[in-house]
Amino acid sequence: MGFAFWLDPTFRLVAVGSALIGAVGGVLGTFALLRRQSLLGDAMSHAALPGIVLAFLLVGSRDLPLLLAGASLSAWLGALLVVLITHRSRIRPDAALGLILSVFFGFGIVLLTVAQRQPTAAQAGLERFLFGQAAMMLQRDVEGIALATVLILVVVLLLWKEFKALAFDPAFAAAIGLPVMALDVLLTTLIVLAIALGLQAVGVVLMSAVLVAPAAAARQWTHRLERMVILAGGFGALSGVLGTLLSGWIGLPTGPMIALCASGIALFSLLFAPRRGLVWAVQLPRGKRDAGPSG
Amino acid sequence: MLAPQVEIMLVAALAGAACALPGVFLFLRRMALVGDAISHAILFGIVVTFLIVRDLRSPWLLIGAAGTGVLTAVAVEALRRTGRVKEDAALGLVFPALFSLGVVGIARGVGNIHLDLDAVLLGELAFVPFDRLTWRGWDLGPRGVWVMGGLLLLNLTMILAFYKEWTLSTFDPDLAEILGFRPAVLHDLLMGMTALTVVAAFDVAGVVLVVAMLVVPPATAALLTDHLARMLGLSVLLGLASALGGYGLAYALDLSIAGSMATVGGILFALAFLGAPGHGLIAQARQAARQRRHLAQQMLVIHLLSHEGTEAEHEENCLRTLPLHLRWDPAFAARVIEQAEQMGWVVREGELLRLTEAGRQAACEIIGSNGGMMPLSR
Repeated sequence: MGFAFWLDPTFRLVAVGSALIGAVGGVLGTFALLRRQSLLGDAMSHAALPGIVLAFLLVGSRDLPLLLAGASLSAWLGALLVVLITHRSRIRPDAALGLILSVFFGFGIVLLTVAQRQPTAAQAGLERFLFGQAAMMLQRDVEGIALATVLILVVVLLLWKEFKALAFDPAFAAAIGLPVMALDVLLTTLIVLAIALGLQAVGVVLMSAVLVAPAAAARQWTHRLERMVILAGGFGALSGVLGTLLSGWIGLPTGPMIALCASGIALFSLLFAPRRGLVWAVQLPRGKRDAGPSG
Repeated sequence: MLAPQVEIMLVAALAGAACALPGVFLFLRRMALVGDAISHAILFGIVVTFLIVRDLRSPWLLIGAAGTGVLTAVAVEALRRTGRVKEDAALGLVFPALFSLGVVGIARGVGNIHLDLDAVLLGELAFVPFDRLTWRGWDLGPRGVWVMGGLLLLNLTMILAFYKEWTLSTFDPDLAEILGFRPAVLHDLLMGMTALTVVAAFDVAGVVLVVAMLVVPPATAALLTDHLARMLGLSVLLGLASALGGYGLAYALDLSIAGSMATVGGILFALAFLGAPGHGLIAQARQAARQRRHLAQQMLVIHLLSHEGTEAEHEENCLRTLPLHLRWDPAFAARVIEQAEQMGWVVREGELLRLTEAGRQAACEIIGSNGGMMPLSR
């Protein structure tokens, strides 16, 4: 087995697509991580189920773009409810995410029992959503991903100060008159958009890894948001390329390989990052440890 | 011998209650998503065990899953305790990694044997009556009743035994440490109990039900009470209500039982979110309106007091100009004045509003309580 696949245009296309998804995941994951909403990806991917089944029930076809649209709408609705619940009650983000995840998914299962009674039954190929099929990425898909990436990055740049305030001190942001809830809705919408992009390539379960791991890794190397976002984007892109490369080389599914690369980078950073690395903490005598605040 | 429907309801109710108990502590410790994380992570344990025993019906698969569940919980806690990442990120780092390893294991080792995960661990409540426990030819009832009943009893005993310790280490781990408790050990114990409950309940009742009952009843209970013991009790009651309501819905419309339970749980939460006394949206809105009116009355008397006896009194303290000067909507102003009259703070003299003695006193008290500063008034 040689490295010929590296020159293969299909492979390069998949690598570029995965790198873009990883980069967007890293950038947005940074904000999710700082807002203690790391598991947003996981929750939204479950919240997509009722949308998929409803789209199937209403139109009666298993057309992929249609199911994706249903999935995104339903995940977005779930995300809006998470924002509403965390802003208007004492429920904290983790529980709000868990609530939406389990109730939406349960309702999706209920709808699924209805769908199975239809004469046109046959479950809509859910496996594709679960594990993703990066190898099936087309030129058109990658162009779409690139466009969405640029859009997301531009919004983040334009609203940099606002998102920063929201991430570190929402109370302060509200006090200086920022529309905190609207900003939160926008940020969450961007994350849902990124998840919808990732659905096809890495699958829903592993999209959480792309959101969490690069951001958690970047957090170990710096205390500054600017550097953290750039690093996380870089780590995400690196995971995308490495994962695609390894998957082509060993012949394993791409999604899990991307997730494992991201996890590996996170593990390495947790152990060896300067100052915060756990390895240094063991070697330094007590009293000289300076890891800075967590999170 | 019970009717199958009763047996299913019994298991659903026991599972709902057994999950709702540890769920309360998970909610308070920001670990609500641990059930979902374990549900994905156990793929790793199942695949590894399968690669060793090569038998889909082996009881070792369940043990492998339970082992991975505990491993996940311990790994997440160890990661969190390093202080390098928060709870949510720790969860989000551990379970996708284990899940990916599981998927890779399937692709690599299992090859063309079809590893049907549904058959391994996704229990289905509808099949509960068919999986029975027998002893010397005696029918002891469905296995699910014994498993879930045993877990409920275990969780109840553990919580009663460690109520004080878990309460303290949940709300104030530092104090617990200083007082000589070991919050880390206590936490591992709680997580171990949760992992065991979760995996066993997956096998009997399915993932959907477990993840929902771990999160939804405790979150609903948190909107209804501020007291931990009451929260535990309410949580169990809500778990039972979701189970029975969900079963009724599923039975009437022929739907998935676990899915209906999660849906009913969600409806109960929505009701509490809107209508809970104190924490509900409606109560919040009413309290905000009450405070707005209260503040408006205070502004009214201070405004009247500051212009009382001045030349501009007839211009300032008159019904016609008040809404304009205080920037109030005319309807709102009319209501505020009416209420101030009812409270005996003001009286009308034609177009002019005059403070009563009580109103003057109230205004002075407000100004006094503001550190003697005169509030701005135009």
